[in-house]
Amino acid sequence: MAVFFRDLLRHRTEFRIGLVLVALVLLLSVLASFSPYPPENVYVVPPDLPPSLTYWFGTTSRGQDVFWQLSFAIRNTLLFGGTVALVSRLVALTVGLISGYKGGWIDRVLMSVNDTFIVIPLLPILVLFYFVMRDRISWLMLALIMACFGWAYDARLIRSVVMSLRQREFTQTSLFSGMSTRQILTEEHLPYVMPILFSTTMNNMVWSIGLEVTLAVLGFTDINTPTIGGMIYWANQHTAMVAGIWWWIAFPTIAVVMAFIGLFLLAVSVNAHIDPRSRLWNVGGAS
Amino acid sequence: MSGYVGYVGRRLAQFLLVVFIGINIAYVVTHASPIDPVEQSISAVTSFGNTAPDAIEQMRKSLRELYGLSGTPVEQYLAFWKRILSADFGPSMSAFPTPVGTLIGRALPWTAGLLTVSTLVAWLLGNLLGGLAGYYRRSRSLKLMGVIAMGLHPIPYYILAMLLLIVFGFIWPVLPITGGATMNLPQSLTADYLGSVLQHAILPALSLILIGVGSWFLGMRSLVANVLAEDYVVYAELAGVKSSRILTSYVMRNALVPQVTGLAMSLGGIFNGAVITEKVFGYPGLGSLLVDAVYAGDYGLVLGVTTISILGVSVGVLAIDLLYPLLDPRVKVS
Repeated sequence: MAVFFRDLLRHRTEFRIGLVLVALVLLLSVLASFSPYPPENVYVVPPDLPPSLTYWFGTTSRGQDVFWQLSFAIRNTLLFGGTVALVSRLVALTVGLISGYKGGWIDRVLMSVNDTFIVIPLLPILVLFYFVMRDRISWLMLALIMACFGWAYDARLIRSVVMSLRQREFTQTSLFSGMSTRQILTEEHLPYVMPILFSTTMNNMVWSIGLEVTLAVLGFTDINTPTIGGMIYWANQHTAMVAGIWWWIAFPTIAVVMAFIGLFLLAVSVNAHIDPRSRLWNVGGAS
Repeated sequence: MSGYVGYVGRRLAQFLLVVFIGINIAYVVTHASPIDPVEQSISAVTSFGNTAPDAIEQMRKSLRELYGLSGTPVEQYLAFWKRILSADFGPSMSAFPTPVGTLIGRALPWTAGLLTVSTLVAWLLGNLLGGLAGYYRRSRSLKLMGVIAMGLHPIPYYILAMLLLIVFGFIWPVLPITGGATMNLPQSLTADYLGSVLQHAILPALSLILIGVGSWFLGMRSLVANVLAEDYVVYAELAGVKSSRILTSYVMRNALVPQVTGLAMSLGGIFNGAVITEKVFGYPGLGSLLVDAVYAGDYGLVLGVTTISILGVSVGVLAIDLLYPLLDPRVKVS
């Protein structure tokens, strides 16, 4: 695994750019712990000040410092994406490994359900969910619901990897040496699935954060927990664009776009690196 | 031919499963909530002043019926299906007494039109450019396009739509940024009206296309790179087949097959994007209807739009699946 990442760093420009972008965003989110104000408090600083040396990113119409607010928002947003990715990875791994290894009717049933979850439009269902829950909706609940829908595409990817692994000789060897299905899957096949798991995790975070921003901007989440979408929601509520408070919208947008592009580049470069042909192409120096 | 019939049968079964699971999720979401939606609506109404107790009781009864909460759980479940199968979601609360079905029928053509055109344009454009970029790996302009696609693709619809809105609404106001057509034009098939519809569709369609193109471009580029390494392509090159012919009939055609499957699979996600795009640009489609219904607290309308969108997306997927054998003749044989 360490060798894998070392090669990535050495040979992939996309990976390096992605890493820098994600590191910057992570740094900002870590800074949230040093904030002088709790995130929920309003009117702690003079409102509507443009970016200056005292207030790096300006202040909002609600009297919050955009910089500190943003650090809380990006932290919560990343945590949200991470939670969705983690939970949905567990489902995707289980379904993908079992479906790919077992084959037969188990595979067919699992894949029918899987394809169903890929196709169903999630946003209307999430909106319906918000409509029923209203103010009781919490951050964790939304993350769990999204995780219930976010596993399907990646389960299919993992399944296809495992299906080709099953044909390999070492699977037969481990089977004949008396390993149980669970052992073969977790000890023999899982290491091969790890790189693809990493790239799908990044993609899944991009997906779930995108949906969360969308929902929050419409006000369909817990708007009192600061997230990137929540910040844009409050800025829209105070008509920040029309009032000329551009920094209230611009900085969260820049931060979230950095996070998106960074995560996406990490996923793409790992994906490209897994493919041996493209790796040769890259290492060989021919562009 | 029997292979094709079997294929259609399997796709139809999958279609029914999608609709069944989708509707069940909608049922669970609406019925598993710890909050009683009826009591919530009643308290919202009664908080404005005194209402006679028997009026409240009557309201409670009719609301329970509307929300499908009367009777045993089995009866509720069956009633829920009955309403969906007969497409009867009752009158809309926010546009009383227009039936929900009428509102949806009015919004559906806008969304269907916007979505079909922008999805097709994005798919064709992305595949064409991606195919070229995979084939001519050394071309500078195509490489640049790859970088742009990579930068645009992960940005969520909302952010991109908002950026377009700012650029074309405030900085360089040349395009209409809201509505589906100019307000005071009569809805008829005149050149004025159609022109205005097209003009209003440019920005929402552009935001959908800009984001959609990226993923097709990147997917097609790597698919073409894979196909190029296949023996039959090398053989064709050695046999002196013209490179334009190799690109179109040897490489692109084969690389397109997984992209068609990809189109069917991403339809749900594209629909999600359309919902938010419509809201940003005030486009009079299902997305705006859904969001406004939530703000207005209109349960029947929210449920109706959700159901229709699940149905609509599954029909779209089915249509793509049924056209698939045209491109991949292996389906007919197996």
